[in-house]
Amino acid sequence: MIDTIRSLGRWGLSVFERLGRGHLFLFDTLRGVPELFLRFSLVTQQLFSVGVLSVFLILISGLFVGMVLGLQGYNTLVDFGAEESLGVMVSLSLVRELGPVVCALLFAGRAGSALTAEIGLMKSTEQLSGMEMMAVDPMRRVIAPRFLAGFISMPLLAALFSAVGIFGGFLVGHGLLGVDDGAFWSQMQVKTDWYDDVLNGVIKSVVFGFVVTWIALFEGYDATPTSEGVGRATTRTVVHSAFAILGLDFMLTALMFGEE
Amino acid sequence: MPLIKIRDLHFNRGNRAIFEGVNIDIYQGKITAIMGPSGTGKTTLLRLIGGQLHPDSGTIEVDGQNVHKLSHADLYQLRKRMGMLFQSGALLTDLTVFDNVAFPLREHTKLPESMINDLVLLKLQSVGLRNARNLMPSELSGGMARRVALARAVTLDPMMIMYDEPFTGQDPISMGTLVNLIHRMGDAMNLTSVIVSHDVKETAGIADYIYLLSAGKVIEKGSPVELKGSSSQWVQQFMQGLPDGPVPFHYPGETLEYDLFSQKVSE
Repeated sequence: MIDTIRSLGRWGLSVFERLGRGHLFLFDTLRGVPELFLRFSLVTQQLFSVGVLSVFLILISGLFVGMVLGLQGYNTLVDFGAEESLGVMVSLSLVRELGPVVCALLFAGRAGSALTAEIGLMKSTEQLSGMEMMAVDPMRRVIAPRFLAGFISMPLLAALFSAVGIFGGFLVGHGLLGVDDGAFWSQMQVKTDWYDDVLNGVIKSVVFGFVVTWIALFEGYDATPTSEGVGRATTRTVVHSAFAILGLDFMLTALMFGEE
Repeated sequence: MPLIKIRDLHFNRGNRAIFEGVNIDIYQGKITAIMGPSGTGKTTLLRLIGGQLHPDSGTIEVDGQNVHKLSHADLYQLRKRMGMLFQSGALLTDLTVFDNVAFPLREHTKLPESMINDLVLLKLQSVGLRNARNLMPSELSGGMARRVALARAVTLDPMMIMYDEPFTGQDPISMGTLVNLIHRMGDAMNLTSVIVSHDVKETAGIADYIYLLSAGKVIEKGSPVELKGSSSQWVQQFMQGLPDGPVPFHYPGETLEYDLFSQKVSE
């Protein structure tokens, strides 16, 4: 019994200790961000590997999610004779919810895990220590540019995801199921509000981008410098990111749409 | 006046004491070797000198500055004048050999690219790898990687350089090249060199002064000749690589007779 309590206490302490380290890490990272505007080329390289290389995955996934939404939505709406509202259903689902959330989950799996593995390996091969001894601060040279790149990429990818998803919904709705294209687009334009729907979705994706990139970089930086340690850290990135995305999504949704 | 002055250094890792009152002086322009069995904290000592780890007590002064009392900015200024060669080389794997050597120059100076090109080529020439400049670190052998790392460590013309196990795992030719390079670089640039190693023959061959560490303390110090003539059995065992002596061959415990003839059945 005492052992159980003791191990529970130890676990609790280690969780809080890691949280503390994670926040100090974030503070250090953010301190390195302002000077990046003087050396933006460092961020550009990372925008390519974090953002551009994720585009293909996001486009394909977005298209299929949109197509499925089109199919499922049509089958439900047609029972009520409301199939012309398919555009509204697809667009609201995507810009409010699925765009930011599914895109963030994919982003964590594609870019987040890659960031963790890269930083973890840099640590285990002493590249980060080597930089420190060359008087180059790895927080500023390696971590901060990746953080900014993740933060910028995620909302853009989510926007692409939603746009391609809506197009996928249209392809299925109009091309396959014969929904009137005028009704599809016009109803969508009328019912989708710029501030309430689109902007709130963008805010979500910004928050997710911030949190996922933070988790990924911290897990890499804090990884045990062995191949097993880096493997575990990569897994943790994906798992913790998924929890964080879904938990934060609920909180943000409650804040944004709870009063309606 | 020594360039590096270590006084009463104590450092623990968890409950294990790594250093218990170590005093070391490292003089300008000399090659000083820190030797000792594996696990005595030789690499830890280099990290303490470089300010990457903090001692529990005691001081480390480099060029008159207490490393662990410096601000972040001042520590980084000091590190620009310290070179370090990691055991693995620690080359940046996404950059070519050329870009690795150019890295400190590009980070710390505003020199035009043409001058960086010339400087890097000269540094690579000095380690014999000018023609390997376009290779990636993954295409280099262990010895070549260390030579590139050496060229990179001296790019900013530091006052001192620390070598972490530079000879470990090298074939005889690479080993000879590295020994020769370390000796030559030290002389040509009037570098203060600190070599951490347990390769007795190679290290003793080029060191001016040797500190022998064991169990957290300096066991013996002196020139290679003095150490070879030391009356300490421990020093003789280490310097000659004898399998048995003060450091026993057998893991301590009961005698063989006791285990074979006692009634107790080992569990």
